[in-house]
Amino acid sequence: MDKVYSRSALLTDNVMHYCPGCSHGTIHKLVAEVIEEMGLQADTIGVSPVGCSVFAYNYIDIDWIQAAHGRACAVATAVKRLTPEKMVFTYQGDGDLSAIGTAETIHACNRGENIAVIYVNNAIYGMTGGQMAPTTLLGMKTATSPQGREAAIHGYPYKIAEMVSHLDGVCYVTRQSVQSPAAVRKAKKAIRQAFENSMAGRGLSFVEIVSSCNSGWKLSPVEANRWMEESMFPFYKLGDIKAGTPAAI
Amino acid sequence: MQEVKLIKGNEAVALGAIRSGCDGYFGYPITPQSEVLETLMELRPWETTGMVVLQAESEVASINMVYGGAACGKRVMTSSSSPGISLMAEGISYLAGAELPCLIVNVQRGGPGLGTIQPSQADYFQAVKGCGHGDYNMIVLAPASVQEMYDFVFDGFDLAFKYRVPVMMLSDGIIGQMMEKVVMSRSRARWTAEEIKQMSDSWATVGKPQTRARNICSSLELDSQIMEQRNLALQARYEEIKKNEVRFEEIEIDDAEYVIVAFGSSARIASEAVSLARAEGLKVGLLRPITLWPFPSARIAELAGQAKGFLVAELNAGQMVEDIRLAVDGRVPVIHFGRMGGMIYSPDEILKALKEQSNG
Ligand SMILES: Cc1ncc(C[n+]2csc(CCOP(=O)(O)OP(=O)(O)O)c2C)c(N)n1
Ligand code: SF4
Ligand SMILES: [Mg+2]
Repeated sequence: MDKVYSRSALLTDNVMHYCPGCSHGTIHKLVAEVIEEMGLQADTIGVSPVGCSVFAYNYIDIDWIQAAHGRACAVATAVKRLTPEKMVFTYQGDGDLSAIGTAETIHACNRGENIAVIYVNNAIYGMTGGQMAPTTLLGMKTATSPQGREAAIHGYPYKIAEMVSHLDGVCYVTRQSVQSPAAVRKAKKAIRQAFENSMAGRGLSFVEIVSSCNSGWKLSPVEANRWMEESMFPFYKLGDIKAGTPAAI
Repeated sequence: MQEVKLIKGNEAVALGAIRSGCDGYFGYPITPQSEVLETLMELRPWETTGMVVLQAESEVASINMVYGGAACGKRVMTSSSSPGISLMAEGISYLAGAELPCLIVNVQRGGPGLGTIQPSQADYFQAVKGCGHGDYNMIVLAPASVQEMYDFVFDGFDLAFKYRVPVMMLSDGIIGQMMEKVVMSRSRARWTAEEIKQMSDSWATVGKPQTRARNICSSLELDSQIMEQRNLALQARYEEIKKNEVRFEEIEIDDAEYVIVAFGSSARIASEAVSLARAEGLKVGLLRPITLWPFPSARIAELAGQAKGFLVAELNAGQMVEDIRLAVDGRVPVIHFGRMGGMIYSPDEILKALKEQSNG
């Protein structure tokens, strides 16, 4: 019988601490698979954020640097510049990347650092207990917007992927998800494209993955996926935002 | 023949970086230290030694770039002046927590706040008491000449890698901006990838080969029992540093009845005050701490047995004086003499303050 799925050898035996149904676990698996398939274990340095995925280094068997909250793109900038032959990627949540780390993100993008950014947007601060993020949708209830996010008080949710797509240093921007097998396959292809861009020195690749946080959203895993499809996808539209195939660069 | 150059302190840092085998410099403009980045950009060391130089978008980014570079086992550094160092505080704490070596240069200016671009020594507390959050120290070197701004780049990297701690060179706008002759005898190449592997294979994140476990540079540990052990290990390393690395200079100290203690630019002014005092037949000496952390407390305690009193001259409201008082432990009077906001004292003023003490 053909083997249709095998666990990546780069995933460690550690039991993931994520809530059941959380997207982080699936995205970790994809990252591990792509690194393994590209044969890059010895040539990859990952930068983990502050957020639920802070412990990414416990799960993928590569060298890791744990960055201060929001600063992963600055950390990765130096790593890639000092070891340009390596594949360097950051893995960041929406609070980390698009709130406290906005400046580091935008400027790494603008300089065209040859790194890949995996941006896990679950529209909430998962780790600290479900507070509002800059990405939180209008009307969405969180610990710091208990009556629902109101534009007059909290401002609007924003799409940093679209923003960075306008910067010349950025070669590839795409928005993906991982709630279905078809979506997972597409997300994996996007991650691979981003990692290939890093190795080829084409500029910065930005892969947003719209994700579920059932704990933060206070929904069951199944309800969370439904809510994500009904509420998140219309605002955070899936698909390529800036083409990244070599021909297009 | 010896190579001698007439240069500014800030230029000496830039040249020291290139010649000490530095792999990467990350910085953001701020007076009075901008010449460090300007000189590096002018000299383009990436074309000669391969050293990376990058103007970051902020000091927050600079220090986190340093964190990334240090994690790769590279010799990396940044420089800034007081407000910029405040922005780096979180990053420095992370460097200490993740046990990463690096060099941070602070060419101090007067504060608080935006303050003034004129020189000051008001960041002593910030430098020696940790700077960021958590229980940690960094080694702090205080240059008193342009030559030392050059040499301490070499020494700073050596100490940083010997103990895997961040090292700060605490200079100020006087030393950073003044021009002096520098003997550029020390020079060495950047480490090769093979040398880095030999030294740092157990911790540097350069890509995980099959032959070793993955390396993780992190300051995080949620298990309090393990976190306390990590803290204890750091503290033990700090004790080693205190034992091995205290550095100071003494002038006319053997028969001194009064001891002036001053560091950096203040020590130069104070040494003039010592000459004036000696010309008047007053037995005055100078102790110049070169390492502000670890501090020469034992030597000061010893001198408290010989001297009638101490005068601490520093360009601030009274910071190092607290460490002198701790060492002297009330045995003889210790007074502070300072100026603030970018104002500087003359040797005469220091001597006058000393005379007031000895009379009173
Ligand atoms: C300087 C600093 N400020 C605040 C925090 C607290 N904090 C930890 S994680 C986090 C938010 C993480 O949210 P996100 O990046 O969206 O990641 P998620 O957990 O949702 O995956 C915050 C505010 C911190 N660790 N450091
Ligand atoms: S809180 Fe949210 S992001 Fe964090 S592990 Fe749970 S589901 Fe995932
Ligand atoms: Mg989040």
